[in-house]
Amino acid sequence: MYSAEFQKSLHEVEAAREANIAYEPARMSAEDKERLLEAYHPDYKKTEFEKLQFGPNKGDVVPRELCEILQAHSRITADQIDLNDVRYDVDVLIIGGGGAGASAAIEADRAGASTMIVTKLRIGDANTMMAEGGIQAADKPNDSPAIHFLDAFGGGHFAAKRELLAKLVCDAPEAIQWLNELGVEFDKTSDGTMITTHGGGTSRKRMHAAKDYSGAEIMRTLRDEVLNRGINVVDFTAAIELILDDKGNAAGAVLMNMETKELMVARAKTVIIATGGAGRMHYQGFPTSNHYGATADGLVLGYRVGAKLLYADTLQYHPTGAAYPSQIFGALVTEKVRSLGAKLVNSEGRVFMHPLETRDVAAASIIRECSDRDKGIDTGNGKAVWLDTPMIERIGGEGTIERRIPAMMRMFANYGIDIRKEPILVYPTLHYQNGGLDINADGMTPNVENLFVAGEAVGGIHGRNRLMGNSLLDIIVFGRNAGKNAAAKSRNIEMGMLTLDHIAAFDAEREKAGVKTSAVSPRLLPDYTNRHERT
Amino acid sequence: MDKMVNIFLFGKKYEVPDNLTIMCAMEYAGYQLVRGCGCRNGFCGACATIYRIKGDRELKVCLACQTKVENDMYIATLPFFPLIKQVYDIENIKPEQQIMMQLYPEIYACIGCNACTKSCTQKLNVMQYIAYAQRGDFKSCAEESFDCVMCGVCSSRCPAGISHPQVAMLARRLNGKYLAPKSEHLESRVAEIKDGTYDELIEALMGKTIEEMKELYNHRDIEK
Repeated sequence: MYSAEFQKSLHEVEAAREANIAYEPARMSAEDKERLLEAYHPDYKKTEFEKLQFGPNKGDVVPRELCEILQAHSRITADQIDLNDVRYDVDVLIIGGGGAGASAAIEADRAGASTMIVTKLRIGDANTMMAEGGIQAADKPNDSPAIHFLDAFGGGHFAAKRELLAKLVCDAPEAIQWLNELGVEFDKTSDGTMITTHGGGTSRKRMHAAKDYSGAEIMRTLRDEVLNRGINVVDFTAAIELILDDKGNAAGAVLMNMETKELMVARAKTVIIATGGAGRMHYQGFPTSNHYGATADGLVLGYRVGAKLLYADTLQYHPTGAAYPSQIFGALVTEKVRSLGAKLVNSEGRVFMHPLETRDVAAASIIRECSDRDKGIDTGNGKAVWLDTPMIERIGGEGTIERRIPAMMRMFANYGIDIRKEPILVYPTLHYQNGGLDINADGMTPNVENLFVAGEAVGGIHGRNRLMGNSLLDIIVFGRNAGKNAAAKSRNIEMGMLTLDHIAAFDAEREKAGVKTSAVSPRLLPDYTNRHERT
Repeated sequence: MDKMVNIFLFGKKYEVPDNLTIMCAMEYAGYQLVRGCGCRNGFCGACATIYRIKGDRELKVCLACQTKVENDMYIATLPFFPLIKQVYDIENIKPEQQIMMQLYPEIYACIGCNACTKSCTQKLNVMQYIAYAQRGDFKSCAEESFDCVMCGVCSSRCPAGISHPQVAMLARRLNGKYLAPKSEHLESRVAEIKDGTYDELIEALMGKTIEEMKELYNHRDIEK
């Protein structure tokens, strides 16, 4: 139930609902989108970005908060660590226990490599677990990998690395098949046809889902498989620095027990960074839909040993974060809500955009509605617009919400809002790191040998914006790819002497660039103690 | 100014604003969480929590990230519970009752007390899905347990020592892999890609200029 201050606007939404269901808003032209993004999208707000003064991306701009941790001090100095005291010695070391890390581990193990996952929380504490809407793959007769390619390339502003995107779309159907054969459940009709919907910016209905627990269903199955295979999972342990060998190749990591703070050495023939995103950096003060550990650790680890970043200046703000009540501020409201027919409506009950524009365009459009146009609703936590969920029941029939988006229904019901009967209030939330470490199609970084990257920590697969359903896809495709290739590569590696000399070298570069900072990184976890504005 | 309430974290009293979740209240009180905090959005099951309101006989359970504090709430978190997770090779088991008897025989010791259902943080009918598992009805077990976040509270309340979330996990994998109908369109598309059916189309896209790609993208036809 909404309190009195929302009632007036709520009445307008209800009064206009029938007409709004029938109304088909036009899609924006390419020029309209460009103007809108420049004026309202957070990525275009120059004052929030800063130029890197040294390191592999010297001269590039990145978000201020990211700049600080990329240029920060290591948590350790080389003399604190005895590199001869090797606690773990493996072929493939995977940093991160989300969807990409787990997929990589399964494939590396299957290829016969000794494999280990190290993760600072538990395996499965990852953005994968929270992905709701679905996973794309062009597997319907009216669709093809080429159409999928075009949708993603255009949606990403024609900036994706084409060889990565081609791999993503061509391996997509096989990724779905692989998951299904591991036992992941998908929404299907009784004859086995996948139930697929649109996402923002798709030209074919290719969003596969498991209700609105798509990521959770994938993650818990991958985790179960990792455990069945007996892969070593070292949890509550963070990688805080990569180790190179004297040839400059990746050769392991310094680990820290998150509880006891004990430091340990892991030696590995190949290393896969699968550390995920950065929502908990709260760029530009945005709330986030991300899990607790999303602090861009992998970008820091890679940058410090010389790996290059690509598109680190572009973030994805999911257009529909929960804006009310405050307890779930910033939590994800899946795009599937719009796929199923709900439209975005302003304070006067007007539909102000096509509900399935790409995410960057939709986010910018909501920000415009809540700022210059002043058609937002004041929630006490800022402005918001309505997402008219009861439309779904009107269009799809009674019971559609409970059947297709039960997690959404539950999340709002916890706070007394029945989304079948009442619309919800939404505003953009920091959702995804479009940029990340640069890789080749084999998953390895071009400038640090034996260092692989997979999942959200990679930059370039999607370009400068990502379509819904392409990141669950990318963690599987590029997770598996990295696992296979890292395992194969590990067979022919003669490791040199381990070294942490890069820490002092990085310090010297900082000094030379005249950058003064007391910051240390990776950050590992956000600090929310003694404050209460975050959910 | 927020209204303040008194809560007791592991027995110690703190005053916190009444609009906070239990998780945020712990942070407000000064805890830097490492355990018992994962997705913060009700999907990962890391923050299982037990509480009792002073004077109330009933012991309640919840996810700390999804539950508001109340006055006189006595709170203990349950960041880990020792579930039994049996290992198996998914390729070499069959979706038959036998597999449950073999891997999780304790489910047949269920005494029907329904404590699991009463304690489910997702409000699932846990005892019912265990009953389906006992019968080897994995499809029903999978459906009934689908929204499980594996927080483990049900198992902490079970006198028979059942690890309900792991039983359900096995049932869902059996259902997804063996019982749900196969997708023919998926299998034929995978075969087409392997045969190189789309190589030329993709190759053509790889070679086009950005201007050509924009032209194609802006005039592509969009399925209704």
